[in-house]
Amino acid sequence: MNISNQEYGELAKRHSPPSSMYKTIPMAFVIGGGICTLGEALLNLYEYLGMGKTNAGALTSMTLIFLSALFTGLKLYDRLAQCGGAGTLVPITGFANAMVSPALDFKSEGFVLGLGAKMFSIAGPVIVYGISASVLYGIIYYIVILFMGGL
Amino acid sequence: MALCEGKTFKYSNASILSYASVVGKAESDGPFGDEFDEVIEDNKGGAQTWEQAEALFQQKALGHAMDKAALIPAKMDLVLAGDLLNQCTGSSYGLKDYYIPFLGIYGACSSFAEGLLLAGAMVNAGYVENAAAVTSSHYSSAERQFRFPLNYGGVRTPTAQWTATAAGAAIVSSVPKAPYIRAATIGKIQDMGIKDLNNMGAAMAGAAYDTISRHFRHMGTHPESYDLIITGDLGQVGSEMLYELFRRDGVSIEKWHKDCGLMIFDREKQDVHAGGSGCGCSASIMCAHFLKRVESGDLKRILFCATGALMSPTMVQQGGSIPGIAHAVEITSK
Repeated sequence: MNISNQEYGELAKRHSPPSSMYKTIPMAFVIGGGICTLGEALLNLYEYLGMGKTNAGALTSMTLIFLSALFTGLKLYDRLAQCGGAGTLVPITGFANAMVSPALDFKSEGFVLGLGAKMFSIAGPVIVYGISASVLYGIIYYIVILFMGGL
Repeated sequence: MALCEGKTFKYSNASILSYASVVGKAESDGPFGDEFDEVIEDNKGGAQTWEQAEALFQQKALGHAMDKAALIPAKMDLVLAGDLLNQCTGSSYGLKDYYIPFLGIYGACSSFAEGLLLAGAMVNAGYVENAAAVTSSHYSSAERQFRFPLNYGGVRTPTAQWTATAAGAAIVSSVPKAPYIRAATIGKIQDMGIKDLNNMGAAMAGAAYDTISRHFRHMGTHPESYDLIITGDLGQVGSEMLYELFRRDGVSIEKWHKDCGLMIFDREKQDVHAGGSGCGCSASIMCAHFLKRVESGDLKRILFCATGALMSPTMVQQGGSIPGIAHAVEITSK
């Protein structure tokens, strides 16, 4: 080849269109915001129905997770995500989608080695680093309290 | 180190006796929807899993090709087949019940050209009478293996391509009839340092350029010598890069160039980003459209250059790049 990899890389860059951010960012804001608004509405509804704040919060998360799982099964969540981008990925519904979609897909390899093992293939790293970060935060918090007293 | 020029083989005695294609729903909604031999509407065709479905696509494609040539499996001497799945699952499970001597091949999306040129060589040498080249790809089985679960809400980048759910089969024999396989150039692995899993067109354009320009040199031809130069699945990004690579040599191929990846879907209406891809993409478009036009004499001389990204998800995760390959087969009507 009469072209260096560096030159070729630049050529590739020139011809690769970037994501059109003027479209994707507002869409993520609207759809992500919509999901969060739905969460707020549910929270208010559950509180209005007489549940305490803690219970209402937990039930809101459960409802959103259920809806996301349902829409993933109906093959609608990934379609919404094609428009919503990070707006569908970041809320708790995105996490549910990341668990349910491999579970559905790998059911064909059996409940243990398929569904069970592959269910965490996307969400697993989030759990590992999420828990690790919370442990680290706990240690830092403990040390700060130890030296500075109960602030 | 001097670069190896390789060789271009010339064939005197290899024809494509029959060819057939089987596609899924999205492909049948594309611009060539009515030219395929069979459409499997639900993309599964009654199979239990996507992998079994892909095997079924291959089985049906070869079945149709044999029917068209009035051949039975016992009259077939060899089948060369490949797909994108680990262990060439689609090929080995799809073709096992035919009991035809089988060689599995892997050249990623370039496999159909690889199969054709090998089948042509075996026939031309007189080792076999009838040899088939079959390849397939399936959107759902490929997504599962290479990317994310089907219903995962990951967003594709504009450079990503859509794996075609399709299979194509061509039977090569020494019976003189159009289309004729006239020459072939085997591609060299070209690693251009591209690391983006979602930009296969960029990973393959260099290989296509190398193989096509070597083919021109060895045959003493240039783009005008052909009615069409057809690449496999460079897509939008890869095609534009190919033009620019040729422009650096003062050669313009745009006017003669077609890319199966840019043809199989309607890019305006179907959300496929940079175009279609997969071993079934070029195989089905060749078998549904171009070979027909060569047989009728509408196209007199074409250069078919299928392109493949020899991508290993493991190597890419380890920080490696994606090597590309492309094989060229020259097909004529006389």
